Amino acid sequence: MYEFVSGPLALISFAIFFIGIIARIVWYVKGLDWRLDRVAYSEKLADGITGAARSLFHWLLPFNRTTANHPIFMAVTYLFHICLVIAPIFLVAHVVLIEESWNISWVTMSDKVVDYMTLAVIAAGIFFLIRRLVEPNVKFLTNAWDYIVLGIAIAPFITGYIAYHQWMDYKFWLIVHILCGEIMLIAIPFTKLSHFVLFFCSRIQIGMDYGIKRGGTRGRGIAW
Amino acid sequence: MAEEAKSQDLPPLVTRKPVKTQEDLDLLLADRGIRYYKELEVFPVDTAALKKTLDTTCKSRIRTWLEICAHCSLCADTCFFYLANDNDPTQIPSYKIQSTLGELLKRKGNVDTQFMINCMDTAWGKCTCCNRCGMYCPHGIDMGVMFGYLRGICFSQGFVPHEMKIGSGMHWIYNAQMDVTVTDFVETCEWMAEENEEYYPGLNIPVDKPNADIMYTINAREVKHYPEDIAEAAILFHLAGENWTVPSKGWEETSLAMFAGDWAGCKNQVEWVYDAMNRLNPNRMVVTECGHAHRATIIEGPYWAGIKTGQTPVPSMHYVEWVLEALETGKLKIDPAKKIKEPVTLQDPCNYIRNGGLCDVTRKIMSYIAEDFREMQPNREHNFCCGGGGGLNGIGRYRKERNIGLKVKRDQILATGAKFVVSPCHNCWDAIRDLEEVYKIGIKWSFLKPILLKMVIVPDHLKPKEE
Repeated sequence: MYEFVSGPLALISFAIFFIGIIARIVWYVKGLDWRLDRVAYSEKLADGITGAARSLFHWLLPFNRTTANHPIFMAVTYLFHICLVIAPIFLVAHVVLIEESWNISWVTMSDKVVDYMTLAVIAAGIFFLIRRLVEPNVKFLTNAWDYIVLGIAIAPFITGYIAYHQWMDYKFWLIVHILCGEIMLIAIPFTKLSHFVLFFCSRIQIGMDYGIKRGGTRGRGIAW
Repeated sequence: MAEEAKSQDLPPLVTRKPVKTQEDLDLLLADRGIRYYKELEVFPVDTAALKKTLDTTCKSRIRTWLEICAHCSLCADTCFFYLANDNDPTQIPSYKIQSTLGELLKRKGNVDTQFMINCMDTAWGKCTCCNRCGMYCPHGIDMGVMFGYLRGICFSQGFVPHEMKIGSGMHWIYNAQMDVTVTDFVETCEWMAEENEEYYPGLNIPVDKPNADIMYTINAREVKHYPEDIAEAAILFHLAGENWTVPSKGWEETSLAMFAGDWAGCKNQVEWVYDAMNRLNPNRMVVTECGHAHRATIIEGPYWAGIKTGQTPVPSMHYVEWVLEALETGKLKIDPAKKIKEPVTLQDPCNYIRNGGLCDVTRKIMSYIAEDFREMQPNREHNFCCGGGGGLNGIGRYRKERNIGLKVKRDQILATGAKFVVSPCHNCWDAIRDLEEVYKIGIKWSFLKPILLKMVIVPDHLKPKEE
């Protein structure tokens, strides 16, 4: 079982993930239409790039009004996303596995740091869950898929944490952990988790819109 | 019963096509919306056409926005309707768009009449397309853009508020948002020049003068209801020594077709103005103190007209940009003794501040004309819609909703302590006037032109000669 989930299934998952996200990006870019969107994407590319860069800068970093207005939620959101992306990529065990399979490797972080980051992801995930259950507006907007994608996103971290600390049957939890990771990889292109790449697409697009059209060339564009 | 039978003999008021004849327009105007909305209640949805429109026009940008919305509710408190309606969750922008356009796409256009009426009531009655929510969404989801799109979908199916149908029809028939003809316009210009020449010798409103520096365009209601606005613009250009003109054809900058979602009508309207630019070949165009006119003709218009650069045929600017230029270059000089002494605040119109980036321009103007300028909070690009944007001021069906929405602007103004609001936008001006009428908070409001006229120094050579 371990051989299967860590071998062919892992390969298939990574293939679906990479092909899937590339397909989403291609589909997104191909769907942009200067006339329908009313943005001169290619004719005013330089203004567009400036606008896109500003948009990304202000939102990849906490320099935006939403962070000022909702500091706790946004702090948790930033922490969640940073840890969620960085921890698995730089975990020694992951890098070793990849090196064994494909003979490529990169720098790693200490297990202790990754451990704290994992806890941060889980804690933030619980915060989001409670917020969905309790905050009236969020509760009102939430549907079943919101819970499912949250579960898909934090399951690899919960199971990874259990497996790493070997609290219970290590082999079993390791397999569950790998499966959860693969489910997440496969789910990314097909669910709301596609914001893994579409966040960038959307931010770049709206940045170009403001940079090219809505004030970018004559006024001061948008103050994110 | 007799009345119902009679109404069945009349030609239908609700159609999926824009109104393009005077006869149809007269029918709509005579109805005042009563038969119109009754017809709408049973007007069928052309689901095949709807599906086709969605398939061909709803592309990755909007579909992505709807898909990746995290339902985080961060957009809730960015919407003045949400705030004005005591944090009603059905007013959260995300909910409003997901329950209308989002659902429409999920069902692939397979929806019924009641669904489309709900779309209409949401797209016009619960959103002014101010685009404020889009600035606060971490994903950059602009619900104002999507509601603009939804309005187009609704229009193509005939589900459009009565006044918006009329407005779009006016543009098709008169090339103006009201029944103002070219003759009406030219005669009003002549009348206004004559009326004021006594006080400003040599005052002239040059019509169709080729190769002028400035081609000035306006809002039809200035001709119909506020001709003094045209006079004021003329006097200020005259005092500034500008080489300017107005086009006899192509003078109307506004677009109720844009508010209605009648994209063909939008194209038709802006091309009228662009033809004037090409015909008269001015260095630049200046548009009156109107927000949506600027948005329609300068920001969105080139795209409707199929101009790939997204730029108007000649460089175009809002009136406030011209005012600042005139003040900074000394073409207009302000008498410091006549600056506004009392506390004064400024409305930031969404259509050229948030969506045009001109907030610094209006603030610099305020520094020339006011001694005690007080900012609303929030302000600049973050300012709230006046409460009547996107056509909402003019729609009777949503008057109650509009008046509730005005509370946010009311409280913003009250918090400044100022009793005077400078409002360089027709729509904002109307909303603030109505706000005073409804809530009676004791404020005055004004465009820039009358304020400037009161304090501008008239050069000696332009003064009337003493007898």
